[in-house]
Order: sequence, then C-alpha cells, then structure tokens
Amino acid sequence: MTWYAALGALEQGLVYGIMVIGVYLTFRILDFPDLTVDGSLPLGAALSAVAITGGINPYLALVFALMGGFAAGVVTAILNTKFKILHLLASILTMIALYSINIRIMGGPNIALLGSRTIFDPLIALGVPAHYAGLMIFALFALVVMGAVIWFLKTELGQALLATGDNPQMITSLGVNTHFIIIIGVGLSNGLVALSGALIAQNQGAADVGMGIGTIIAGLASVIVGETIFGKATIPRAITAALLGSIVYRLAIALALGLEFGDFTFNPSDLNLITAILVIAALIAPHLKKRIVER
Amino acid sequence: MKRSVLVFAAALLFSVQSVMAAAPVISVNQFVEHPALDAVLKGLQDYLKDNGVEAEFKVHNAQANMGTATQIGQQMIGEKADLLVAIATPSAQATAQALSKAPADLKRPLLFTAVTDPVAAGLVTALDEPSAYITGVSDLLPLDKHLEMVMTYKPDIKRLGILYNAGEANSKATVAGIKALSTTMGFSIVEATAAKTADVYSAAKSLVGRCDAVFIPTDNTIVSALESVLKIGTQNKLPIFAADVDSVERGAVAAMGFDYYKHGYQTGAMAKKILEGVSPAALPVESQDVLQLQINLKSATAMGAEPPKSLVDRATKLYQ
Repeated sequence: MTWYAALGALEQGLVYGIMVIGVYLTFRILDFPDLTVDGSLPLGAALSAVAITGGINPYLALVFALMGGFAAGVVTAILNTKFKILHLLASILTMIALYSINIRIMGGPNIALLGSRTIFDPLIALGVPAHYAGLMIFALFALVVMGAVIWFLKTELGQALLATGDNPQMITSLGVNTHFIIIIGVGLSNGLVALSGALIAQNQGAADVGMGIGTIIAGLASVIVGETIFGKATIPRAITAALLGSIVYRLAIALALGLEFGDFTFNPSDLNLITAILVIAALIAPHLKKRIVER
Repeated sequence: MKRSVLVFAAALLFSVQSVMAAAPVISVNQFVEHPALDAVLKGLQDYLKDNGVEAEFKVHNAQANMGTATQIGQQMIGEKADLLVAIATPSAQATAQALSKAPADLKRPLLFTAVTDPVAAGLVTALDEPSAYITGVSDLLPLDKHLEMVMTYKPDIKRLGILYNAGEANSKATVAGIKALSTTMGFSIVEATAAKTADVYSAAKSLVGRCDAVFIPTDNTIVSALESVLKIGTQNKLPIFAADVDSVERGAVAAMGFDYYKHGYQTGAMAKKILEGVSPAALPVESQDVLQLQINLKSATAMGAEPPKSLVDRATKLYQ
C-alpha cells in the first residue's frame, strides 16, 4: 500500500465512520437491525447533490441530507412500531422504496459533482492541498459526530434510548413511550448515514443511486471489527471503536488493493476475498495473542 | 496487545510497496467483472502488445462497489503510474475526482473508456474539448442505426420492448433516445426495468405478450443476467435484440453494435499516443466508428424470427 492510498483509506474510513456510528446506534444500542441505510446513504448523497447543482451552499446541502435521512429512518421506525411490521422487513421496504425515490430526486441515476462547489473549497482556498482537505474535514466531522452522539447518550433522552434497547419492559413500566424512543433513535441513525452519504458524494465527485449497495455490510463489519479490536466496555469507548473499526475496514481494502508478493499478483477479482481474509486476521489476532500469552 | 496489533498493521502497510519497473505502468480502475468491460481491457492490452509497447498493468476491480471505486482511484494516484485508465462511468468519475485532488506531482493523464456520456458524467466539458488530464473513448450508441437494423430484421414490429435498469445513467440516455426516434420510425415502446440482476427474469417475463420484440441497451445489469432474458425469449418466441455484439455470441438474435474488444483496441491507440507524450488536451474524445452486425442463426430459429437475406449478407459475423 502506498502512502497516498493509506491516506485515502483513512479519509474513507472517517467518512464511512459517520455511517458506522449510525449503524452502531440501531444495531447495538436499540437492538434494531436496520437495512434502511442502503437507501438512506444514497438519499443523503442525492439530496445534497441536487441542492449543490441547484446553487445551494454545500454546507447547507448537508443539512438537507441529515433531515432527509432522519425522515427515512422515521418511516422505517413507524412501520415497525405503529404497524407491527418486523424491523428487518420494515427497513427492507423503506430501502427498496428509496431506490426509486432517489432516482426521482436526482431526475436520473447519477449526478456528477466534478467541478461543482463542495465543502472542501474553503480549506483549498486557504492553500491546503486537496487530498489533505478531505482528510481534515472528514476528521473534523467524524469527531464532532462522535462527540455529539456520546453527549446525546448521556442526556435523559439518550439514557431512555439505551434503556429501550436493553430492557423495553422495564422502561415501559417507568412510563416511557418506547415507540417514540425507537422512532427518534432510528431517525437519528439514518440522519447520520445520510450525512455520511452526502459527504461521500462530494468527495467522490458524483451521487449515484448504486452507491448504497453494501452499506449495511460495511457498517456491521466495521462495528464488529471495532469492538473486537478496541473494546466496548463503555459507551464512549464503543463509539470510538466503531469509528476506528471503519478505518481498519478501509485499510484492509486498501491493503488488498496493493497486495503484491514479488512477481506474484492477485487477480483483480480476488479483491473481496482478500478484504475478507484481512478483516478475519484483524478479528482473530487478539485471540491468538491472548492464547500465546497464556501459555 | 493493542500495540502489537498496530505494529503488525503498520508492518503490513509498508512492506507491500509496489515494485519499480522500467516499462510504462498503466493503472486500471474497472468497475465490475462483466464480459463487455473485460473485453475492453483485453483490447487495450492487446493493442499495446501488438504495437510494441511493453506496459506493466496494475488492474483493480471495484466489484460493483462505488466506495471501493473511490479507494481504487486514490490507490492509483499513489501507484504513480504513467497512465490511468478507468473503465465504465462510476470508475471514471471516482478516478477523475481522485485526480483532481491529487498534488501536482502525482497528477497523471486519465483515459476513460466504455463511458456513454462523458459530458453528463462531468468528465469533460465537451467531446471536442478534453481537459488537460482527461480524455477517452465514448460508447454512445448510434441508435438510429441500431433501430434501423431491428426494423429491417422484423418489419412488423409495432411495439418494441426495452429492458433496462433505471438506475444506470447510460441506459437512461439510451431509452430517451429510442423514445425520440420511435415516433418517426412508426413503433411504440414498452419499458420494463430491473434494479438488480435478480429482478431481470421477472422484468423480462412482464414483457411477454406486451411487445413484438425486445431490445436490450448496453445495460450492465441486464447484460449480466442476459441468459434469463434469452430463456424467456426462446420459450415465448420473442426475439431478443441487443446493442452489443458480445451478447449475440451468448444468444441474442442480432446486434448492430460495438465490439467492445475493438473499443478497447481503440482506447489502446489513444493510450499509446499519451505514453509517447501527447497531451490529453490534444486528443478529443473518440467514439467507435466501425459498427458490426452479428446474427445468431441458432437463436433466430429458437425465437421464431428468421433474418431476411439482405441482413445475412451484410453480417460481419454469423453464429450457426
């Protein structure tokens, strides 16, 4: 892996890390497996791309993405809580509906943002090289999101969210409306995922209806990689681990892309297999270490 | 424990640096494994080999994932190749963006190929105005020639079915073009869409009885699952026409179209010029001028549509 590719992986890890924190909220805190993210990530991208090409400030465009994603999550959560549709199915329904909605929003499957105004412009205008500007802005966003989520989970509403995931019977008996809590939680999660999608689109130069495919897979893999390697003893630690897990996941892809042993190179089609093996290696390394130390 | 993991990771990161070589290095960002896109790559490689350019290829495949395509773009910048090649629109956009962000000393010429509408994709401002770093080959279909062939083949078509993925920018442009032409050519169109390869079979089924023939544009989703469409066509005597000749070999009745291998070969000629020092800005975006007509006689019989003799005589290739 070249230094440039490593920087790229770090950048991707941070921006997808915002999505991963969103997935952590539903998957770990609310115990709500949510596939809506495969649709809300491109939704955020679509909304911000349409806004930017319509002349709206790229930062303001992120707010639209956040709100759109929140609304998508609310739909899933209402289908689940009010209409008693199983959470998995409810989220699948929202996800497939979003595919068509995203094409409607963009007026087609793809909007090019190459050469458009983006959130990176102010930093680049200050003379920061473009490949560092993305990294710095994504680091800032990821840290702010991480901090905000940790803070939120300490508020009364956040505590109710934690309790709803842990023990819904108990929290209901305390007079808290769990439906409302789930709706807020899933909405928030998808808001973050859509924000991540909007940032990704501005970074990769296009919003594409197909860009959400595999989001939940990357999200779950990153959450689990993070908590296995970096631990999950406390909430702040678990959320930091989710972000770091995302970086490890992207580094695995970058490593797989540049893997060469002398004259032997892998087939390009082996990429997903190598990525999987590297992630497995990262997951079992702590176990192996522990066993060796115990002996 | 954690430190050792980090050390292990860091060791891996830097031990696998790329090997330096004297031959020109070409880094390729291909979006997905797909017969037509694979043929483009093969054509590109063969042109350079046939013309005495011994290039070292670093081929990357995003396996249809846009996030990976973005990372490949960054990987390619880091590889410091002499030329970047991007195959298909999403990969071209991702590479163009990585290129625009790269520091000046890492910028390299980018050649895109198998991109239908490079202007709408934001890669160039106009076909005859390539940018300082980016140019390529467009696979925009000469739709009138395609449809003319279909109507010559089967003049009694009143309703032409079109099967495509509404999520593909390429196909959307093609369908709009067919719509515009259909009124003057005297047929109506029936659309069926499939969002992923698993939906192609039922989308094809939905066309049975609603149209007289089916036309498949150069759509990655449908072409990937072509066999399921062909099965429906054979069972229901519904002739399936394609827009790429690779599909004829797989069993479509006929196609007037690109040979994606030749598309890649043409890309190779541009690659050679760039490697010899010509600036991309001096090379306008090309499109494929030579069209081929291929007919699959076996499928024609199976789908109950024998070709007229005039077309058989014109065909550049017949599959028995």
